[in-house]
Amino acid sequence: MLSQQTSSRIPASVSRRRFLVSSARTAGAAALMGLGVGLYSRQSVSLSAEALRPPGALTEKDFNSACVRCGLCVRDCPFDTLSLAKLGDPATLGTPYFTAREIPCEMCDDIPCVKACPTSALDHSLEEIDNARMGLAVLLDEETCLNFKGLRCDVCHRICPAIDQAITLEHVSNVRTGKHAMFIPTVHSEHCTGCGKCEYGCVLEEAAIKVLPIRLAKGELGQHYRWGWEEKEKAGHSLVRPDIEHQYNLPEGQRYDYEGEGLIFDERDRENSGSRSDESPFASDPLETLNRGLKESP
Amino acid sequence: MKTRRHSGAEAIQGKGWLLAHKWLLARRFSQLSILTVFMLGPWFGLWIVKGNLNASLTLDTLPLTDPYVLLQSLFAGHVPETSAIIGAVIILVFYLLVSGRVYCSWVCPVNMITDLAHWLRERLGIKSASNISKNTRYWLLGVTLLLAFAVSNIAWEAVNPVSMMHRGLIFGMGMAWIVLLAVFVFDFIISRRGWCSHLCPVGAFYSLLGTHSPLRVRADARAQCNDCMDCFMVCPEQQVIRPALKGAEKGIGPVITSPNCTNCGRCIDVCSKQVFHFGLRFNNSTDDTAENNKYENKHPNNKHTNQAT
Repeated sequence: MLSQQTSSRIPASVSRRRFLVSSARTAGAAALMGLGVGLYSRQSVSLSAEALRPPGALTEKDFNSACVRCGLCVRDCPFDTLSLAKLGDPATLGTPYFTAREIPCEMCDDIPCVKACPTSALDHSLEEIDNARMGLAVLLDEETCLNFKGLRCDVCHRICPAIDQAITLEHVSNVRTGKHAMFIPTVHSEHCTGCGKCEYGCVLEEAAIKVLPIRLAKGELGQHYRWGWEEKEKAGHSLVRPDIEHQYNLPEGQRYDYEGEGLIFDERDRENSGSRSDESPFASDPLETLNRGLKESP
Repeated sequence: MKTRRHSGAEAIQGKGWLLAHKWLLARRFSQLSILTVFMLGPWFGLWIVKGNLNASLTLDTLPLTDPYVLLQSLFAGHVPETSAIIGAVIILVFYLLVSGRVYCSWVCPVNMITDLAHWLRERLGIKSASNISKNTRYWLLGVTLLLAFAVSNIAWEAVNPVSMMHRGLIFGMGMAWIVLLAVFVFDFIISRRGWCSHLCPVGAFYSLLGTHSPLRVRADARAQCNDCMDCFMVCPEQQVIRPALKGAEKGIGPVITSPNCTNCGRCIDVCSKQVFHFGLRFNNSTDDTAENNKYENKHPNNKHTNQAT
């Protein structure tokens, strides 16, 4: 009643001005708060590389607009893989993620987490778990990977649910020993689901192979790039016309035979370099072969 | 201000402590049991309800979705699955009937924090008055929707204390308690009923659902009011009481029609004159003699107790 009495005494123009000023002040404060929230949320949507999204998750931008942070996917995961990000966790507050090194995705056939999602932030059109792309495994550290040392660890390869497809072992000669093979774990993105089993299984203190978000792990070719050999296969014939002679800039003493023999070293150079390609790398005494390299070391 | 009178003292004297806290106790029971049903799963593996207040699934069949968070998702450019939409429609219909801000006083877990802050504030006689407009929440509501559109992200969920607390209790709190502590301190020291009645855009959204809802608090027996101000002191939205309680001469009906009334029923509790009761918004005429008589007959001694106290 008090306010009504006073307002009736104040001229309309003054009370209108007061109303406008206070409205503007409130609006300004709300806008400032909004700006703060906006900036903060922008900052906090950057998903850390060690946090992986559940299968079928939309791209990060779409995911953040679709996920209502309810945690139903977390509840329906039978392996407790997923958790909702708490304040201070490496994902947007309240959104689901998992850490491969702690609990990887077990790739359930019926994909219960996706079915549980009420908003399709986990895309319901994902029906085959093999088509999930939670991330991409990358063998990050060749310096500590045991297979790169020539050992047969192979754990990442053997634990992979898509063994021999997502991770293959590629044979490479072991330069260190000179006669063994190295079995290099090699990831193929067309099969890797990013489940994280390899990272989980890696026997090292810190995994040498890690699953990264695809945006970090995958390169992208320029639109205009073509692989010559693929184009040749598509066309069914060589795309290079034979009347155009290839120009090679070769080092001195080397030439190229276009008729099929390929790169040719001039005899003179060969002798100088003292190539011993005909000789066997093994000495007649096996013990000498094993001890080779020790004499030179200090 | 020598002896600070405890709001509701007369009501306690008149009808006993229990009846003078009837709706408050019912409210706490409602808040805690809703929280408990959500907690049964993570605590005891009893999965009656999964999820949280943003979206949940009851008994593996009934989907419920917070329409406000879904609206933000729509503004951010995502069209959700039907189950989320069905869940939101159920919630919308419910709050259109019982008044939206029933969510605030009967469901929202933050209400317990802000009520505690307010209770302490009254007890300690803290009188700081901040100059925040009650309309700020509507501006913020608009800002959160605009923001969702602008950054394609449900941005408000990055800071929303309501979902932060509920999700925190069920899925792990992390550092969210700092935000809740901030809300408490804000309500305790800085602003009376600062969060829930001035800033919270969730409450603002739900209040819009309550503009026409039938369930309302009525002051039918307003002629009995002895101006003790107890209802005014306990009300989280003080501005909603006056028109209904004191508007008889101005031709305003006895129904508290403001959508910002949270239907908490605390005014009913603390009134020693039984002025208020829950009722429907219809039949809101100034000619309330019929209603008045009904209550007068029920409490024939009201006039005398009025003089006695």
